[in-house]
Amino acid sequence: MNVPITRLYAFLLILFATLVYFTSKWAVFDAESLEDKTQNRRPLIEEQQVPRGTITTSDGVLIAESKPQGGGPHPVYVRDYPADDPSVFGNPTGYSFVNVGRTGIEQSENDILAGEQNEFASILDQIRDVPQEGADLTITIDAQAQRLAVQQLNSAIASTPGAAGFGGSVVALEPDTGAVRVMASVPGFDPNQVQDSKTFSQLSQDPDAPLVNRPTQSIYEPGSTMKVVTASAALDSGEFTPDSMLSGQTGIRIGGVPLENAGGETFGDIDMDFALTHSVNTYFAQVGEQLGTETMFEYMNRFGFNSDPELDYPDNQMAPSGVYSEGHLLDDSDAIDIGRVAIGQERLLVTPLQMAEVAATIGNSGTLMQPTFLQEAKDPDGRTIEQLDPDEQSNVVSEETASQVTEMMTHVTEEGTAAGLTVGGAAFAGKTGTAEIDVQAGLNRPWFIGFAPADDPQIAVAVMLERCQGCFGGEVAGPIATAVMEDLLSG
Amino acid sequence: MSARNRELLALIPVALLLIGGFAAVFIARSDQIGDLSLIYGAYFFALCLAAHAFLRFRLPYADPYLFPLCALLAAFGLVMIYRIDDGFALNQASVFVLGLIAFCGTILLLRDYSVLERYRYLIALGGILLLMAPRLPGIGAQANGAYLGLSIGPVNFQPSEIAKIAIVIFLASYLAEHRELLSVSARRFLGLTIPPLKHFGPLLLVWGAAMVLLVFTRDLGSSIMFFGAFLAMLYVATNRFSYVLIGLGMFLLGAYLLGSSIQHVQERFDIWMDPFAPKGPEGAGQIQQSLFAQADGGLFGTGLGDSLLKLPGPFFPESCNAGFPECGSILPAPHTDFIYAVIVSELGLFGACGVILCYALIAARGFKTAIMASDGFSKLLAAGLTTVFVLQAFVIIGGVTKVIPLTGVTLPFVSFGGSSVIANMVLIALLLVISDRARRPHASASPVAGTEEGLAL
Repeated sequence: MNVPITRLYAFLLILFATLVYFTSKWAVFDAESLEDKTQNRRPLIEEQQVPRGTITTSDGVLIAESKPQGGGPHPVYVRDYPADDPSVFGNPTGYSFVNVGRTGIEQSENDILAGEQNEFASILDQIRDVPQEGADLTITIDAQAQRLAVQQLNSAIASTPGAAGFGGSVVALEPDTGAVRVMASVPGFDPNQVQDSKTFSQLSQDPDAPLVNRPTQSIYEPGSTMKVVTASAALDSGEFTPDSMLSGQTGIRIGGVPLENAGGETFGDIDMDFALTHSVNTYFAQVGEQLGTETMFEYMNRFGFNSDPELDYPDNQMAPSGVYSEGHLLDDSDAIDIGRVAIGQERLLVTPLQMAEVAATIGNSGTLMQPTFLQEAKDPDGRTIEQLDPDEQSNVVSEETASQVTEMMTHVTEEGTAAGLTVGGAAFAGKTGTAEIDVQAGLNRPWFIGFAPADDPQIAVAVMLERCQGCFGGEVAGPIATAVMEDLLSG
Repeated sequence: MSARNRELLALIPVALLLIGGFAAVFIARSDQIGDLSLIYGAYFFALCLAAHAFLRFRLPYADPYLFPLCALLAAFGLVMIYRIDDGFALNQASVFVLGLIAFCGTILLLRDYSVLERYRYLIALGGILLLMAPRLPGIGAQANGAYLGLSIGPVNFQPSEIAKIAIVIFLASYLAEHRELLSVSARRFLGLTIPPLKHFGPLLLVWGAAMVLLVFTRDLGSSIMFFGAFLAMLYVATNRFSYVLIGLGMFLLGAYLLGSSIQHVQERFDIWMDPFAPKGPEGAGQIQQSLFAQADGGLFGTGLGDSLLKLPGPFFPESCNAGFPECGSILPAPHTDFIYAVIVSELGLFGACGVILCYALIAARGFKTAIMASDGFSKLLAAGLTTVFVLQAFVIIGGVTKVIPLTGVTLPFVSFGGSSVIANMVLIALLLVISDRARRPHASASPVAGTEEGLAL
């Protein structure tokens, strides 16, 4: 009977080997997919047991913190947005709740806020019996300027014909660091309210889209603000100078179709400085055609078009700027009326953040800095674990080109389409835009981009209102831009 | 070195595991530890030493590793139960005292275990009655759709734990007597060796009993355990693999036919096929939580006391009268059915492999005892007891890891539960008695001379 006993033992060992195989399958090989199962509440519960770090603005306003709930030795922590006016910061901060997930900075800086560490540090903490705790985050946003921007947008929307019921955006960047000082999106939302599932579904179905962070997520016709990109490409490519003369007549055929200047104004032979100052469509459309699609796209790409902004922000909340056809980006091999792209028409759609980056690039002598929200992160012991570390994104144009464009943009605010605007009395650079969205009804989309002071740029902005009737960028968006810049420069 | 000295030496890892395990839980839960914690460990180890002293005195030649391996598993279980709830650990430690009494009692009473052969039909009848008892009105108790427990007053008792020993004794005795007839006078039919009809009858009876058991208790796990042990013993007795195939085929057919008509068994099967089915049966949550707990473990686990088990704060159900861990645990029944999932979660794949290795080593010692035994009854009894013990571990670990449909049996020596500990102590005591006789230097002095069986070796 010994042979069958030995075989029986071998068989039982095979059964045990099966157990080991399956245990390793669940514990190791399939662990990740099990952790992602919707039925698995463990990650959510564990995440809530970690006190998440606070979020504070650069001027010291606490805008997000975690509060213990339930008491006992193992409380869970729930997010609270304690600012007096939480809807001003709802975008771009976002929210973090178990039932509705995470968005915005709460999502993109989650590793810092949740205290996720590398394997080694977490083993050390386990040995020292230190519970996981989130790091506190200071963001580059200036609360005072952010509040001003939202308030200015709201009052402009209220007082401008045709603007009511639509939204607007303000983005302010530090040209030399990429720090995002203001990112305002109107209408906003109170992040404290989204943890209620009913309110959340109402907000997400609201046609005014309050949950959408317009500066990074929404794409719009840029209008004449695009001429700054065209002028930069023209000068930097060496094919034009500020003195290059072209006809400013209205009705010149561009892409085979006659192009009108704004208000049907017509000019003789003019130079680029004059053309930018007075925003002459036909001049820049000809420039665009002479540069060609390839050169225009080359410079657009350097400015950051055609890919998501390199901002530390969730991918699904950022849209690339570029020429769209049926929801897809076109590239320079597609049939594109590049003359009209050069003046912000055709099917060109951009985010407000992208246009702020254009202004910031010129303001930073032609170098685009990677935009960022991260000012500083401190672990619970008060040690700085991360800090704003300016990164160059690309060298877009030469210093010489940048200074030539700056000079032309300064003329815009002194004697051109934005004449009359001031930033604390100092010279500043700007460019207006008035995209026509419904010519018959006279509906426009007013824009303003710029930076100040002109001789030593400290702040660059892009302001956009989604809609107004019979108005211009210089009169609606311009004053908001100067007010925000003035505030940031004085603070 | 003598067998007993080796045994004493082998108890050292048990002591180390106890100290290490309790210390780890101690550190992980420093917020709620009293002075009591180390006492459990000391208390348990004192019991081990007492048992060792008893063995030294009564069974000097018995296998030196069986007892320490079981003590190791029990220590492991005690640490895990302590980690889940310290009240349960105190309870479990007390149960070990009862188990030890049963252990010593078995050794004292059955030093000459040939009496078991004489009363085999009585024992078989007792075993079957025990199995059926949970369906009796008044004392039967239903849990999760299966009838497994007996509730007599405050005591909850799982009779199948004792019944498994009774059935194995009966089968060993019956097969030892009939094994030659079964294996010699067989015919071949369609390439399969068919046992003679006359002797086939009792085997059909056993198959029928397994099926009835399935219908009555609705418990697939016990059926697999009993029928598996039966097939293993039949194979050992006859060395005919074809019998195993026939038996297995009949069992699967019966289980399929009966299983599909019993809703509880059918549900268990559906859950096993796809635990994440969108509209699966309600019970699917159990196995899901088991897999999620294991996924948390990884290679080395979260550490004792550090996995998520008790639901924190607002997640803890408000209408919870029974208290943790009966409710408010993310993993259901963490101290009984799913204790293996807690082990994987906290000690990782490596810790779990350690537990499985313990069972494999116990199997090795058990089968070695069977090989060394001189008579057919002892061989079959040792092999049968070992198989039923090991199969029980396989059925529950296999259920928790989704190798087979989940059924509620305990993980021997590790799970919380009085009847399981006591029954398995008796089982190990029997194995030790057999091995003491098998390893005794003067085999001829043994009261029963297994002469003809001895020749068959």
